[in-house]
Amino acid sequence: MFKMTENNINSLTNLEAEILENPTVGGIVYFQGVVRNHNEGKSVKSLEYEAYIPMANKIGQDILKKAKEKFDIVDAFCIHRVGHLAINDTAVWVITTSHHRKEAYDASQFIIDTVKGEVPIWKKEHYVHEEPIWVACHRCNEQHELLNGNHQHGK
Amino acid sequence: MQINIMYFASLRDASKKSQESIETSAHTIEDLFLELNTKYNFSLKQDQLRVAQNEEYVPFTSSLKSGDTIVFIPPVAGG
Repeated sequence: MFKMTENNINSLTNLEAEILENPTVGGIVYFQGVVRNHNEGKSVKSLEYEAYIPMANKIGQDILKKAKEKFDIVDAFCIHRVGHLAINDTAVWVITTSHHRKEAYDASQFIIDTVKGEVPIWKKEHYVHEEPIWVACHRCNEQHELLNGNHQHGK
Repeated sequence: MQINIMYFASLRDASKKSQESIETSAHTIEDLFLELNTKYNFSLKQDQLRVAQNEEYVPFTSSLKSGDTIVFIPPVAGG
């Protein structure tokens, strides 16, 4: 399940119940991306995420499907915030479950890397001393081929 | 033909709108981008953008069809 949400990601109670319903699961990896107070030497005071929601949901689902094909996992979940986030707020949560831990770790890494490079989500950093700017994923060029290899930039 | 365009991030800042519907004679997405760039003078160049046609990433050489929804995608930054 991939989901974009305007709500704080504080509780995964329902999701955890769903995950733990599967008795074959032996490992659960949680990755939580949170807002930090600095980036490239600048003091960050908050972040603003916006997304092209219908396409983000579609690509997010494709990424989870790809992760399940590529890794021997039981299930995968990803929830990503939109809206204005404060320092320490959770921006993204990835959960992968597998029979054994390695596959869950590998799938988690794949999912977060591919989400960062492929899903149409944008981030505006608000700074303590400077004007806010839209920032780009620094490693996204490495991620474009991960999903389906058909990345197209304008020439 | 009529094309729907949605703007996000710095492209929304430049166009000062989230979406619009325009009449255009552009045949390809690249033609459409040039037309819009003349109008709004985007800070991002074509080679920094990707483009979605009806929620699918496509090449800039794709042909436009009446009723398409086009979104030029600035560098993404989820996570």
